[in-house]
Amino acid sequence: MSALPASVVEDGTTTAVTMAGALNAALRDAMEADADVVVFGEDVGPLGGVFRVTDGLHDRFGEKRIWDSPLAEAGIVGTAVGMAMYGLRPVVEMQFDAFSYPAFEQVVSHVAKMRNRTRGVVSLPLVIRIPYAGDIGGVEHHSDSSEAYWTATPGLTVVTPSNPADAYSMLRAAIASDDPVVFMEPKSRYWSKQSLSLPVETAPMDRAVVLREGTDVTLIAYGPTVRTALAAADAGAAEGLSIEVVDLRSLSPFDDETVGASVRKTGRAAIIHEAAQFGGYGAEVAARVTERNFFHLAAPVLRIAGFDVPYPSPKLEEYFLPTPERVLNALASWEW
Amino acid sequence: MCIFSDAPSARSTVSHDGHMTLNVERADSRTLPSLKPLRLLDNAGHAVSGAETGGFALPDLETLLGLYRRMVIARRFDVQVTALTRQGRLATFPSALGQEACEIGAVSALRREDWLFPTYRDTIALLTRGVDPAELLAQFRGDWHSGFDQKAHRCASQSTPLATQALHAVGLAHAARLRRDPIVALTFLGDGSTSEGDAHEAFNFAAVWQTPTVFVVQNNQFAISVPLSKQTRARTIADKAVGYGMPGYHVDGNDVAAMYAVTSAAVDRARAGDGPTLIEGLTYRIEAHTNSDDPTRYRDKRDVEHWKRRDPIERLERYLVSEGALTEDVRAEITAAAEELAATTRDAMNTEVEHDPLELFRHVYGTPRAALAEQRDALAAELAGRPGGAE
Ligand SMILES: Cc1ncc(C[n+]2csc(CCOP(=O)(O)OP(=O)(O)O)c2C)c(N)n1
Ligand SMILES: [Mg+2]
Repeated sequence: MSALPASVVEDGTTTAVTMAGALNAALRDAMEADADVVVFGEDVGPLGGVFRVTDGLHDRFGEKRIWDSPLAEAGIVGTAVGMAMYGLRPVVEMQFDAFSYPAFEQVVSHVAKMRNRTRGVVSLPLVIRIPYAGDIGGVEHHSDSSEAYWTATPGLTVVTPSNPADAYSMLRAAIASDDPVVFMEPKSRYWSKQSLSLPVETAPMDRAVVLREGTDVTLIAYGPTVRTALAAADAGAAEGLSIEVVDLRSLSPFDDETVGASVRKTGRAAIIHEAAQFGGYGAEVAARVTERNFFHLAAPVLRIAGFDVPYPSPKLEEYFLPTPERVLNALASWEW
Repeated sequence: MCIFSDAPSARSTVSHDGHMTLNVERADSRTLPSLKPLRLLDNAGHAVSGAETGGFALPDLETLLGLYRRMVIARRFDVQVTALTRQGRLATFPSALGQEACEIGAVSALRREDWLFPTYRDTIALLTRGVDPAELLAQFRGDWHSGFDQKAHRCASQSTPLATQALHAVGLAHAARLRRDPIVALTFLGDGSTSEGDAHEAFNFAAVWQTPTVFVVQNNQFAISVPLSKQTRARTIADKAVGYGMPGYHVDGNDVAAMYAVTSAAVDRARAGDGPTLIEGLTYRIEAHTNSDDPTRYRDKRDVEHWKRRDPIERLERYLVSEGALTEDVRAEITAAAEELAATTRDAMNTEVEHDPLELFRHVYGTPRAALAEQRDALAAELAGRPGGAE
């Protein structure tokens, strides 16, 4: 009867849970807890989503709680707006990052602005789930990192987990939030596993966390690049470099407090993301870390990002993606 | 290898029939298409007569033989590429197995100077237009986003963002008309894609501007796992044409004779300046959506078996055999050509091409940028620093 992938058990004991499984459990538990939570999108029904994040939910909750909509992203987000106005808490899925673009107008012109436009009378408690980023050998349009489009839009909350525990906890928090949340899921981490007992509650959704302590450099990462940062920290340690890794988790709002405290301790900071560097999210990070901590910094804040080119085909993606090696090379470029 | 050069020779007959049906079509832009799909050959391979044909004539034997040859070759190719994908030689491949009548019937109605705007599904249509298999598959192997010369072949790259290419087809057709070039742009769409806003905008722009565009919707009844019943309440997709003020045809998409005849008439009509047409080919996707899809999760195996018994190639084959047109010599020639193509394709896909990582930075802008050159140099330095790295 369990609607969950085999990796998740329900008796509260610790077990290996994938990120996809954790998201699935979060949706199930949120739907169980609140009849106003509805889920719709492309292939989220009987198929269970192309990444199986909604696996088993259609069987469990039926067509009135979770269904396949016509194939139209503007329609999906636009109708979710209407449902949220009426008091439902829709969770909609954009099948892949690049396929959220038809919904851009609805997100930017309505989802983000409704509360402000109506002086708080209408809030939109909806969640837009977007599988994003690359490193999955995907052909064109399957590997975009679109976070900066959303973070540049006032009115949106934008978060991204990097591990299964956060995936569960943050998705529950996103669904519970009365503000609209763009929930970005790093595809390359969907099948990463963690030993967990569910339900789990991790740090608040709007806080960054220090994943590994260090004294020489603060590496700021989120979503898919947290793993890169941790690997760089391992490699750095072998060379005698003590790297602190901060997982942002929330891109908007930005946790100035946690990041600032880390940077003031280490005196150096670098931000890693897959998206192109120019005008990317790292530009905001570098600017605000510098503005707020200038006199604690021994070196300029670095951005280690995707190159300023369209995301490449599978055969070239290894050269595009920031690697631990590229991170360490960048850190070595500072005067120490 | 260019199998486009063997274009069916009976175009004039078909054009003639096309003009004959033009009068019917004009009325059709205000009336709903028939609910029963239009067809010229039934599943047993018998020629159909009466209302079911919509007034279209069966193309002559030589034309049908040409279509048969192309379908057999296309299927061999499709099966080969699916096998290579299973072996890990390609990143992904959306098969068109079972949809050959739509793909080949529609694209064979075009002239060389006409343009095609295909989707990821329509690899065999491009093959039929004469695109080299290795260049064609570069996209799905993951070498580059598109591997062939679009202008030389007058084929746009295979579009993934659904329905977006339909607007390009309308725009290109309109531009050609402004320049008084007598060409047509044909675009393929999937049934699910007709739910996208871009599809509706394309239909409307084409009708309002009266562009020489032909929309061929391959209704294979699924959008990944989602059945057509979740996309539309209309009786047929072709019904929608009426609302935009263009003719719509609901065609048996496993009858290549019908797909060819109807598309030819639509192409002639467009070329004559009489505007766009929407053609729905009712067919079925026999394979999974792509190699990473598991169709057993959402459809009944018996459905697949049912549609396998309506195979488009076997249908035409029955007719050709009954007409005595499929001699052993002809069969042997077609099999040899198909096997040769399969072998060429295997060889091409089993040969690794060298990738220059610095190509990442090419073709981003027409005007070179210093900042990009800086990033290119940084990557070059990084690679040079790697053990065994490039200089
Ligand atoms: C704008 C957009 N949204 C979603 C997708 C993901 N996607 C790829 S194919 C597909 C189904 C398309 O179905 P249909 O139009 O019927 O074409 P078929 O694959 O059956 O040929 C979906 C949802 C996409 N490529 N583009
Ligand atoms: Mg389809």
